[in-house]
Amino acid sequence: MNAPVQPGFDVERIRADFPILAQQHRGRPLVFLDSGASAQKPRQVIQAMVRSMEERYANVHRGAYRLSEAATADYEAARAAVARFINAADPREVIFTTNSTAAINLVAHSWGRGVLRPGQAVLVSEMEHHANLVPWHMLRDDNRGIELRICRVTDAGELDLDDLEAKLADGKVGLVAVTHMSNVLGTVTPAGRIVAMAHAKGAKVLLDGSQAAVHRRVDMQALGADFYAFTGHKLYGPTGIGVLWARLEHQERMPPFLGGGDMIASVTLEGSTWAEPPAKFEAGTPPIVEAVGLHAAIDYVSAIGMPALEAHEHTLVDHAMRRLSDVEGLTLLGRAQDRGGVFSFALDNAHPHDLATLLDRAGLAVRAGRHCAEPLHARFGLEGGTCRASFGLYTTLGEIDYLAEALTKAREFFS
Amino acid sequence: MFDDLRDLYQEVILDHGRKPRNFRRLEDADRTARGDNPMCGDRMELFLKLRPDGAIEDVAFQGRGCAISMASASLMTETVKGKSPAEAHMLGDRFRNLAMTGTCPDCGASLEEEMERLQPLSGVHEFPSRVKCATLAWHTLNAALDGGAKEATSE
Repeated sequence: MNAPVQPGFDVERIRADFPILAQQHRGRPLVFLDSGASAQKPRQVIQAMVRSMEERYANVHRGAYRLSEAATADYEAARAAVARFINAADPREVIFTTNSTAAINLVAHSWGRGVLRPGQAVLVSEMEHHANLVPWHMLRDDNRGIELRICRVTDAGELDLDDLEAKLADGKVGLVAVTHMSNVLGTVTPAGRIVAMAHAKGAKVLLDGSQAAVHRRVDMQALGADFYAFTGHKLYGPTGIGVLWARLEHQERMPPFLGGGDMIASVTLEGSTWAEPPAKFEAGTPPIVEAVGLHAAIDYVSAIGMPALEAHEHTLVDHAMRRLSDVEGLTLLGRAQDRGGVFSFALDNAHPHDLATLLDRAGLAVRAGRHCAEPLHARFGLEGGTCRASFGLYTTLGEIDYLAEALTKAREFFS
Repeated sequence: MFDDLRDLYQEVILDHGRKPRNFRRLEDADRTARGDNPMCGDRMELFLKLRPDGAIEDVAFQGRGCAISMASASLMTETVKGKSPAEAHMLGDRFRNLAMTGTCPDCGASLEEEMERLQPLSGVHEFPSRVKCATLAWHTLNAALDGGAKEATSE
């Protein structure tokens, strides 16, 4: 059995579950503020993966022997756990991929090339991670007559819904592909409203939930989107596993993306027929141990409770907003009403890389650069990039105070 | 909190980072090259004016980047002015060695004074993710000397 997680929220007890957080860095405790790039892993996830390999490992969907049956049961149990976690109507709506990027590319390659028609458009936004922009560039540039439209972002860092409406108006948009939460601005987009606007104009909706799925409960039946992508490693699970949630009616119309074992019904030398969804999209040996790890991560956050996580994050966000606003010379990127624990900022007298080097010396791990969102940084005139602090369920108010203090001292250092 | 970082961010680096020397375009440049660090967004354009014998008559740059990359480019322009292409290449090789290891075994041999001027950047070797900031300008100089319009990266 996994170590039980107590109900309620005690950040110190949660921190004790994450072995890496006990590290010292030059005699100072590690302050890990890069969970938006990849989150740290609790012992429960690590142990579940070790146990899978030590006790229940074989390839799945193949052997008529005990171990393979055990591994298959674990893999499919992970699918069912994901389905419950996001309130999918049916576990078959859950396709395992390697990460969000692979999930979005699957939609672009399969649905984009198999279902979208010449003359139709894909509508993305200025605040997309490159993973939800580049696959659509590739589709547009594939000479299929598919147009790419870009929804503007307001100065506050929110989606410009008037612009969205205008760009949907002619009915040519076949897919709206937007983030559910910006990895730079922290903005949570009004997904329900976007879905309603898109569907009213006959467009399907893909939400990139890489950040959102970590920060709040996402409910597929309530959101009503068509596709939803997220990744395991930001959700305190392992790397190498991601999820594409896709309605079965879409999966049935989608041609396979990768061909190989496990995705076929029958194969002759002349041709093949495809397995039923979602197996049709899971060619080759899947990430079995990683699925077990993701399952353990979902159990971990579910035991704490997504509402408790969200409440903790609200506290952190309010505190960070206050403390960071007080740092002289600091520009915060994005001031959306509805936001999660991701803060990108620039100091007036320090380049983000110099700043990140200083913060690292203080034991603070932040990301510097453009965070896979070059167009968004250009939109805000920050081509040189920003530093980004992103929170996890183990982040404390004291760590945010320490960040604010370090930023003030960093500004003095460069003055 | 950051006192031990004065080895990396010495006053001369902060000064050149804030007020880079030779930070301008050379409208009559004989050679130009662009340098780009795609991972961090540092960009620069380097301009060379060459004498008939090929030596560097004038050198200037424009661009954006962190204090390390701007200071390195600034110090480089001061160091290579008047040098032959062979000397400039030699300085570049020694500088890359200095930036990566913090030491420069060959530095006593010649061009001692020039290497002395670049010495403040040696602290970067302790910061593996920042070495490329310091070497971008020198990669760009190589690209300019070797042909002209190529794009250099220090990846």
